[in-house]
Amino acid sequence: MALILNEEQQSLKDIAKEFLQKNAPVTHFREIRDTQNELGYDQSLWSEMVNLGWSGILVPEEYGGFDFGMVGMGSIFEEMGRTLTPSPLFSTGVLGATLITLGGDEKQKQNYLPRIVDGSLTTALALEEGNRHSPFSISTKATKAGNEYKISGEKTFVIDGHCSNLIVVAARTEGSDDDASGITLFLVEANTDGIEITKTSMVDSRNSANIKFDNVTVSSSNLLGEENNGAAILEEVLDRAQIAISAEMLGNASQAFDMTLDYLKERKQFGSVIGTFQALQHRAAEMYSELELTKSSVMAACNAVDENSNDLKRMASLAKYKAGETNYLVTNEAVQMHGGVGVTDEYDVGLYLKRARVTEQIFGNSEYHLDRYATLSEY
Amino acid sequence: MTDLQTFREETRDWLEANCPQEMRKPGDVAWGGRNAQFSHPDQKIWLEKMGEKGWTCPTWPSEYGGGGLSKEENKILQEEMGAIGARSPLGSFGIWMLGPALLEFANEEQKKEHLPPIVRGEVWWCQGYSEPGSGSDLASLSTKAVKDGDNYVVNGQKIWTSYADKADKIFCLVRTGPQEPKHDGISFLLIDMDQPGVTTRPITLISGKSPFCETFFDDAKAPTKDLVGGLNKGWTVAKRLLEHERTMISAMGLSGGGDGSKKTKSGLAEIGKKYVGIDADQKISDKALRRKVAMHDLNSRAFGLTMQRVGEETKVGAPSPAAAMAKYYGTEHNKLRYELMLEAMGTRGVGWDGEGFSMEELAITRDWLRTKANSIEGGTSEVQLNVISKRVLGLPDK
Repeated sequence: MALILNEEQQSLKDIAKEFLQKNAPVTHFREIRDTQNELGYDQSLWSEMVNLGWSGILVPEEYGGFDFGMVGMGSIFEEMGRTLTPSPLFSTGVLGATLITLGGDEKQKQNYLPRIVDGSLTTALALEEGNRHSPFSISTKATKAGNEYKISGEKTFVIDGHCSNLIVVAARTEGSDDDASGITLFLVEANTDGIEITKTSMVDSRNSANIKFDNVTVSSSNLLGEENNGAAILEEVLDRAQIAISAEMLGNASQAFDMTLDYLKERKQFGSVIGTFQALQHRAAEMYSELELTKSSVMAACNAVDENSNDLKRMASLAKYKAGETNYLVTNEAVQMHGGVGVTDEYDVGLYLKRARVTEQIFGNSEYHLDRYATLSEY
Repeated sequence: MTDLQTFREETRDWLEANCPQEMRKPGDVAWGGRNAQFSHPDQKIWLEKMGEKGWTCPTWPSEYGGGGLSKEENKILQEEMGAIGARSPLGSFGIWMLGPALLEFANEEQKKEHLPPIVRGEVWWCQGYSEPGSGSDLASLSTKAVKDGDNYVVNGQKIWTSYADKADKIFCLVRTGPQEPKHDGISFLLIDMDQPGVTTRPITLISGKSPFCETFFDDAKAPTKDLVGGLNKGWTVAKRLLEHERTMISAMGLSGGGDGSKKTKSGLAEIGKKYVGIDADQKISDKALRRKVAMHDLNSRAFGLTMQRVGEETKVGAPSPAAAMAKYYGTEHNKLRYELMLEAMGTRGVGWDGEGFSMEELAITRDWLRTKANSIEGGTSEVQLNVISKRVLGLPDK
């Protein structure tokens, strides 16, 4: 396993960095936020990202994708974390692409994957039901009636839930509320009768929604994978999603740190730049160390996906744990070290703090992954 | 077959033919030297074979006795040695610290004289840096060297000299320019330990034992040709050597913690289960301890991966800018590991000797005390944080 980028991967990262810094700097994010843009992202920017091939990075070539792997995708997410770029790449390019690639039948793959690649389809995963990640705590019911299923229940914190054409719903077809078995995944068009979508306004302006399903009828051909066996697909998809979001969190923390380092070298008090003060220097050095560890963990986890490692689950938890802990440390310190300007809306550093706390909630916080790692390690 | 594949096969065959069975078991590592002691006759054979091949220092140029291997070839050698469980043939500050500094700063004559005996394990080197009054402020050192004909005459005292009582020679920082600003009056001098002007005295640490000594120079002599890197230019050599030392010490964070990828669990979790017990789900029954163990395991793994990544990013032989980070994190992490073991062991972790405690328990307690020096020796954690701030992050002095 190599922990440094190869030439092709480095080139993709360089292109992503240049593109995002030019076309989607933080001012772009602010514009989307301040105009209360209903979509929550810019359609023309998304089209350009699609043109760069980003929506197809995790899609196999036979379905029009580029099969470029998670190391490449992680690089893009890291750069998007630096620029806070709003886009449906996570919900569509990671969640949708891997759900259908790993769980779909041939017909579903042919139907949906090329449309993910060409940008005509956006997707969302309706999974969570509580305020803390618990992937198998599902009480949304799907009841079989002939050749159809009727889905009823409420989902929360559905990333891009209000702006996706296709929603993948995790519903219970058997068992009790916390069982891993008995969960079934359904592909549901967002405009199906009985679906009520409410966009939620998050502290970081990230797109998410609450979705109610009231006797939503879908055909059995809309099953993704086998009945009662959704958990297996979900687990594999969540590993990948956790890794992608960890890469974004790494970018978020790295940018907050870089901004803070610049500030330490500029801001003068007591007649000196504050970066000369050892009380701040040592804290900066500790953040640097944690960032280095996080970078390695994210890179190794991305590699674990591409190499089909049998240790993928633990690597996903390692990445999400380190990214969460480091982002927490760095964004708090960044605000503190910026002093008064750090708590103003005008300064960008607060945006990184807010984003850090929302990404921490996506598919398990650090404590969740700490516990998961220990359980997977059999202690 | 590529060249590297050929190299792998040849290496495998050579190791198979030359590595004695006894050396494929875990055990102590030989340190060589003029009065070399071997715990088993095979240790001597193994050292000689590897020394002859230059594989005690695989990446050093072959003209100085080294293996002349590329980074990729060395990786293969290490993998193949790992595959048969081959012990390291030689432990040596000559290999880990002095050699790389000589390769960079010594003149041709000095390289030819001093490097090959390091490769063959014929000279045991120790390090003379710290002094009683010069710890973190190393550059304030006052051991004096005054030129007298073809020799320097050395007077002063060094402290924390590991294995000074066993070593043949010492690489030493001495003050040759008493009038110059403190960093500009230091030279890097090689001194023979076997002479009337040098005496040593062992130091006992809180762990009850230690390889450390005090070293006293009383009109000791060293030939002027053994001054490395130029008169009063020793601080440059010293700093670089410290980077190599940091890298060496930071490896402790790995050896203790394990990188997790090779094992499914760390020793920590096993100790936790053994001393604290397990619940119905086979989990460590003390939830708070379980959480700390998991945190430590995750960080071990992240640190191991970081060392691997830094290795891939750095050219062979070159010290990495991340050496200070590695030293800081690795040693703090290793200390925490022992604290967690003690926490799990309860009263079984605080015995000193004798009845009532197993050998392993007593060893853990002594090692726990020894780890307290990890974040002091080779530059304290606070000094490492200073180095990161200034050299890596570019934060200003004033």
